[in-house]
Amino acid sequence: MFDNVWLIPLFPLIGFLINGLLGKKIKNETIIGTIGSVAVFASFITAVMIFMNLIGLPANERSVNVKIFSWISAGNFNADIAFLIDPLSCLMMLVVTGISTVIHIYSIGYMHGEEGFYRFFAYLNLFVFSMLLLVSGNNLLLMFVGWEGVGLCSYLLIGYYFHKKSASDAGKKAFVMNRVGDFGFLLGTFTLFWWLGQTHDVWTIQFTELAKNADLFPTGGIVTIITLCFFLGATGKSAQIPLYTWLPDAMEGPTPVSALIHAATMVTAGVYMIGRMSFLFIRSPETMLTVAVVGACTALFAATIGTAQNDIKRVLAYSTVSQLGYMFLAMGVGAFTAGIFHLMTHAFFKACLFLGSGAVIHSMHHALHHVHSHDDAQDMRNMGGLKKFMPLTYLTFLTATIAIAGIPGFSGFFSKDEILWQAFANPLHGSMNTVLWAFGACAALLTAFYMFRLVFMTFHGTCRIKAGAEKHLHESPMVIVVPLLILAFFAAVGGYFGVPKLIGDLFGGIPNYLEHFLSPVFANAEAYMHAHTHHAHHSHALEWGLMGTSVVIAVVGISVAYMLYMVNPDIPKKFTSAFPVLHRAVYNKWYVDEIYDFVFVNPCKALGRLLWKGFDVLVVDGIVNGVATVVMAFGGVIRYFQTGQIYNYAWTMAFGVVVIVGYYLFK
Amino acid sequence: MDNLNSYLILSAVLFSIGTIGVLTRKNAIVVFMCIELMLNAVNLTFVAFSRHLGNLDGQIFVFFIMTVAAAEAAVGLAMFIAFFNNRESIDIDDANIMKW
Repeated sequence: MFDNVWLIPLFPLIGFLINGLLGKKIKNETIIGTIGSVAVFASFITAVMIFMNLIGLPANERSVNVKIFSWISAGNFNADIAFLIDPLSCLMMLVVTGISTVIHIYSIGYMHGEEGFYRFFAYLNLFVFSMLLLVSGNNLLLMFVGWEGVGLCSYLLIGYYFHKKSASDAGKKAFVMNRVGDFGFLLGTFTLFWWLGQTHDVWTIQFTELAKNADLFPTGGIVTIITLCFFLGATGKSAQIPLYTWLPDAMEGPTPVSALIHAATMVTAGVYMIGRMSFLFIRSPETMLTVAVVGACTALFAATIGTAQNDIKRVLAYSTVSQLGYMFLAMGVGAFTAGIFHLMTHAFFKACLFLGSGAVIHSMHHALHHVHSHDDAQDMRNMGGLKKFMPLTYLTFLTATIAIAGIPGFSGFFSKDEILWQAFANPLHGSMNTVLWAFGACAALLTAFYMFRLVFMTFHGTCRIKAGAEKHLHESPMVIVVPLLILAFFAAVGGYFGVPKLIGDLFGGIPNYLEHFLSPVFANAEAYMHAHTHHAHHSHALEWGLMGTSVVIAVVGISVAYMLYMVNPDIPKKFTSAFPVLHRAVYNKWYVDEIYDFVFVNPCKALGRLLWKGFDVLVVDGIVNGVATVVMAFGGVIRYFQTGQIYNYAWTMAFGVVVIVGYYLFK
Repeated sequence: MDNLNSYLILSAVLFSIGTIGVLTRKNAIVVFMCIELMLNAVNLTFVAFSRHLGNLDGQIFVFFIMTVAAAEAAVGLAMFIAFFNNRESIDIDDANIMKW
């Protein structure tokens, strides 16, 4: 069965080829959409079958390399087209194909009537193909192919409305910032391969081989350099400080793209990569601390920006950046299972939130179009009271919001609480733990606040849409609502795969399925961590206390949002006028884009202009044109020796031949 | 030995006819045919020597010359057609833009 794993990425590739090459001729939206969705669904079914086979194996044998063919073989360097099936890659494949299927179906409805419908589905399938390569490749190079592939698809889909300048700019921004990260990934790969080969004569880039040789790596030193390079790659792809600014701009793409690529799957690639290389990251305390600090700072920083945005998709974008920060925080404190767990639950609730916002935007756009209004369909200030027009969308959106806010019983609570607890209790960073926990807790407060602010501004209160347009507001068609319901269901119950031991014991010993399932993958890192740190014993009371704190934090955040946006809507305005500087700074995203423009972008542009005007035009073109001018001047003189009559030349030639031959004959 | 001489004489005669044709005729196509005649005169020399010296090199060379001549004919005729389209003539006297 495992030999068939290559089918998983193959199906989307076929879908991409059919829609990409023939889509323009097929024209029929239903057929194109069905091809795209069926291709991904077939992958999902195959992934489920692989998963069934995998859990049929004993836990310590759940790591299978399937080689398809030898790809590159040069000297000591070998890279195969080969797949690694283990709990981590299997979980990722399930999440990617499962959510992709739902979003593909949603897109049939959402993209209806758009120009380039086939293009959209072709890119989407290509994305799924690349993402599956990324998560299932068994060596760093194949992973990098997927890594670049998803970046390309992200660029293509952000710039889907390429005739809009802001969209094509956003695509370029995403691509360039990702390149910075990719550079780190490549350097990391090179250094790792070179160092291991030079010092220990082990020439490999295959994950299982690397893990087997993990004890060859020292603590810190070269490992810090390698892992920091990889982490730079992760910050680019997963939108962490300092390379996060592309993600909010990426909202220029169609909403299903934001849901699939820029919330659920691609942006989690960095987290997956750290999980995959956990045996290496754990060997560098400096890198682990960097990861944790960057994660915690990003979680808090992005959350502050999210509180002041008015564009519904931008709030969600900053929320995604913030939640990704949580995942990195988890990775950085050595709670790998918790990070992957949050990756999974986040994929469900954030995809649901994005698709819900897409449904709202769709409906708003439609209604505003009817009354010939040019109001922004994504601005929450134009919404309000949508609950009664779109009850199902509201229900699913609310479920996902409760999940992300961390209310007990919903998926986000389990994963986020696990991260906060680990940040506090894990002995890896000593005294930094409290600070990391405090950052995470503040971010959780802001998360609950801005998410409910969004819900209240969008679905509650009075309807602020342009007069006359509200009668055109309506619930979306089934093809959009059903995916929302599926995702909302998982956003609610997805957490029960990873119930913390503390709660599980309370309810008669519910096991933590996810931790058991993933433990072989992180066994190496866990063993190292236990051997090198003092395992602090914390009482159950402390864990209950912290859990209670995070619930209180969530409730406080929601209450504040309720006070400010439902009970007394004047307070935010008063607050804004009381602290105009603070509000302006937050609203303008702390001016990070402007700082980057000033420090990096503009100097680069100036350098480019200098090289263009100074070097290229003056020197390079000058030499080429100069040569041509000299040749023409000579030609102008020499042409006076020509008659222009062909047989003059012929006669001269013949005469010359006779002279030369005669010379040799008679000399 | 006599044999070789007569081949060489024939070849020389053909070559001279070709040369004179190239030098005196004005119609481009005739000039072109004369060039072909010169090439084939050389071919004849090659084959004759090859036979005489018992060495196949000359004959192989002839194949190359024939191939090049065929390519040259194709390119040359295309040029004449382009020239005719411009000048309504294939008289080589009319090809005189190079003149100052």
